[in-house]
Amino acid sequence: MTFASIIIQLLNGLAAAASLFLVSAGLSLIFGVTRIVNFAHGSLYMLGLYGAYSLIQLFGRTPLGFWGAVVLAAFVVGLVGVAIELLVLRRIYKAPELFQLLATFAVVLVIKDVALFVWGAEDLVGPRAPGLSMAVEIMGRRIPAYDLLLIAIGPVVLAALWLLLTCSRWGALVRAATQDREMVGALGVDQAKLFTSVFFVGSVLAGLGGALQIPREPANLELDLSVIADAFVVTVVGGLGSIGGAFLAAILIGVAKAFCIGIGTVHWFGVEIAFSKLTLVVEFLIMAIVLVVRPYGLLGKPPAVQRLAADPAPPLEVPSWTFALVWLAALVVVPLLADRYVTILLTDIFCFALFAVSLHFIMGPAGMVSFGHAAYFGLGAYAAGLLLKRAGLPMEAALLLAPLVAGAFAVVYGWFCVRLSGVYLAMLTLAFAQISWSIVFQWDSVTGGSNGVFGVWPAPWLAGKTAYYYLALALCGAAIALLWRVLFSPFGYALRAGRDSPLRAEAIGIDLRTFQWKAFILVGTLAGLAGAVYAFSKGSISPSTISIAQSTDGLIMVLLGGVETLTGPLAGAAIFTWLRDEVARRTEFWRAVMGLTILAIVLLFPQGLVGGLKALVGRWREARS
Amino acid sequence: MLTRNKLLAGAAALVWLSMVVPAAAQAPIKLGELNSYKNFPAFLEPYKKGWELAVEEVNAAGGVLGRKIEVVSRDDNGNPGDAVRVAEELLSREGAAFLIGTFPSNVGLAVADFAKQRKVFFLAAEPLSDKIVWDNGNAYTFRLRTSTYMQTAMLIPDAVKLNKKRWAIVYPNYEYGQSATAAFKKLLSAKQPGVEFVTEQATPLGRIDAGAVVQALADAKPDAIFSSLFGPDLAKFVREGQQRGIFKGVEVFNLLAGEPEYLDPLKEEAPDGWYVTGYPWSEIKTPEHTKFLAAYQAKFKDYPRLGSVVGYATIMSAVEIIKKAGSLDQDKLIAAAKGVTVLTPFGMVEYRPIDHQSTMGAYVGRIGVKDGKGYMKEWRFVDGKDALPTDDEVRKMRPAN
Repeated sequence: MTFASIIIQLLNGLAAAASLFLVSAGLSLIFGVTRIVNFAHGSLYMLGLYGAYSLIQLFGRTPLGFWGAVVLAAFVVGLVGVAIELLVLRRIYKAPELFQLLATFAVVLVIKDVALFVWGAEDLVGPRAPGLSMAVEIMGRRIPAYDLLLIAIGPVVLAALWLLLTCSRWGALVRAATQDREMVGALGVDQAKLFTSVFFVGSVLAGLGGALQIPREPANLELDLSVIADAFVVTVVGGLGSIGGAFLAAILIGVAKAFCIGIGTVHWFGVEIAFSKLTLVVEFLIMAIVLVVRPYGLLGKPPAVQRLAADPAPPLEVPSWTFALVWLAALVVVPLLADRYVTILLTDIFCFALFAVSLHFIMGPAGMVSFGHAAYFGLGAYAAGLLLKRAGLPMEAALLLAPLVAGAFAVVYGWFCVRLSGVYLAMLTLAFAQISWSIVFQWDSVTGGSNGVFGVWPAPWLAGKTAYYYLALALCGAAIALLWRVLFSPFGYALRAGRDSPLRAEAIGIDLRTFQWKAFILVGTLAGLAGAVYAFSKGSISPSTISIAQSTDGLIMVLLGGVETLTGPLAGAAIFTWLRDEVARRTEFWRAVMGLTILAIVLLFPQGLVGGLKALVGRWREARS
Repeated sequence: MLTRNKLLAGAAALVWLSMVVPAAAQAPIKLGELNSYKNFPAFLEPYKKGWELAVEEVNAAGGVLGRKIEVVSRDDNGNPGDAVRVAEELLSREGAAFLIGTFPSNVGLAVADFAKQRKVFFLAAEPLSDKIVWDNGNAYTFRLRTSTYMQTAMLIPDAVKLNKKRWAIVYPNYEYGQSATAAFKKLLSAKQPGVEFVTEQATPLGRIDAGAVVQALADAKPDAIFSSLFGPDLAKFVREGQQRGIFKGVEVFNLLAGEPEYLDPLKEEAPDGWYVTGYPWSEIKTPEHTKFLAAYQAKFKDYPRLGSVVGYATIMSAVEIIKKAGSLDQDKLIAAAKGVTVLTPFGMVEYRPIDHQSTMGAYVGRIGVKDGKGYMKEWRFVDGKDALPTDDEVRKMRPAN
């Protein structure tokens, strides 16, 4: 790279950072105050783009029309954010931690289909900014004037936010609530209003971030999820709740990406390295490094001790033997009675049930939320496929060795992860999952790249769907039973002690990190088993088994069923898989229907399905006695 | 008492019964269709309209083998795991005669492998991957769409004619972009020894950093650019490149960019003079296309996209294959599909016995701008059979089975 291209790529990076900063600042603000991991933030960004596109059509392509549309779109998105807060989130603030994530995920599904319905499927390319459509010559190269404006907008918004947060009463309340939200409540501040206003400001920032991209990015339906991942990364790299940190992180990531592209392909010591391919994963690499070195992000502080919004999780109940046996017996006779497809759907459900139970083990009783649990599921699936196809092992051996490979990855990833806590830990798991994904995605000669591995079929004696059904039932059932058994062993009690009070657990001599690390390895291995069983039931594996979508599915299953119960994840996995299968068949707008169904469950059963049912049964018994 | 009204009613009922009963006795032939409708709506909504039109026409003409056809369609969520499950559902619960559809390469390949395992006929509609008929080809899978290799090969003559020395390449970082790039480099190097590929940019699908990519390409000072971007990536690339003036004096080749799905969103910014493959729907005057266009516009009050042609031709192919097989037996379907000829809006195509690839062609031309819209100018139709490698090369790539 010449000096001139270094400067130009720096400017490119800064321009890309501007919108990323706006979105992330909003996310950081909302998380800081409400502790909600807002999946729908990317959808608000997408609405900002679509809204601005439509408003510009309406107002005309004049400077006033353009800027009026951008500002109005941001404002309208702010109102959408308020609506989400008032109609959905307000009702579930008392729910167990992270449950709100489920609600925001449902909102993502609904907004996506609404956008498809309103704006159609075709990409909408917005106009260039009137008056700023030219390019400016810098060092003999041309840079769009609009990019320079974006570079300026970033710091302006940063300064405005800083003033708002430091010099206004509202800002003081927000900062106070970020540090200790109960105390703010105890001092007589109306929390409901504060939360709504924070949601409004955060959503406006997301909408503005989107609307400002109109001259640079066509409005399309994939924006929501592609932005949300980046926004989370920026927020976490910067340090949760730190606006300045988000600014720094956005610049770091924007510029790093631009340089990966600028450097292109280089030859070092005879090895060809294609830096442009790194753009797939560079933000997650940065996040992993930052979190390993600075566990609270660049400018974040260790969070003040949070009192729980909800009551602490109730003690786990041992599932009753009769209950389990009745279910088992029912499942054993299914292939004799039902059609072939039921066994296939149930085989899927068994795999996801084990996946969800292993995730529940780590995020519930062990208290370590994982956003990247698909890493072990997917690596288990790939290990099974590669051991069979590349190493030429018999299918049975591949199936049994694959979980160990996944477990080996959990040994490495877990070692780093248990050093963190809370959302930082969750994001580090996501970083490792994404790094694994990008390697699998690009390593064509071994993993088959974006296509994946094919011909991963079971041995002849298991090739029948019924035979494989029983195999899946036996393996997944045994693994689930093992996980449950472990929870009631001294190991499980130690984990729960560590979750409820790390300090006391350490004081009585529990080496918490080692315990957590072992838990990580255990669940990684068993999630790998789920992946291996899944792989052989499908005959092919693709990188989507390691993707964010797969990890999210796991979270949805656990939360849907209820994170505070043992059987919840089973119910969640079954209902989610069945529902998707059923709804997708019946309606074109199946995403919206799924979203609304999940929202209904969320609002009716804020403890999750099984948790809610248990509460109902409890209340009924009380009333009777 | 028998009144006249009762008699009339009785007669009407008899007539009605005589019309209904034979039809009811013959249940429709179900075709199991699966696709990633929600993941790629821009292409697949027109695709769906295309097959709906074809089903209507086929049934209006009396169906096939004396039975009507019915398409049972499922969304595969863009995910091979889900695709295999819905494929199984289509076969075992819906009783589909065989499978058609799919869009992304990984889903297409997974369903192809499933078809082989399940020993069921599969007509892949849209996946562009070369592997589906070559490296990973199998006896049960046939593919309609003009593949990545074929579309790339169609652009080669123009590239050779320009005789540019320094080429820069940009592609979406997954199989389609990778194989387009590989095919382009191989074919151009063979025809034009001494050609140099000065830089290569692999961009994440749907998330190109267009400004930086455009700058990096310009820094390599290419004479020409080969791109396989599409969708939002293409729109961003075009805009940034034009604003930064890097396309001046540089010839650009872009696969697929002439397809209405990707060209129309660009409106007045459509890049003048680019060499593309695509579908100049308003200018094709062959009888088969004129008929298709009229029927499509009458039914949907919209113009067809390339997806519409693919959807329509998929059903027409399936019907021809059933007709030729004379039964729904899988082996007979496969035997019939080998060498079957089908009239599509793009003319006659043949499913080649050697690799099960159809000879569907594509339109090659340059982009022009007129009335604030992009269109294809100087276009010509290239028959698919002229864009395929030699039989020997195909045999080397395709596993014997």
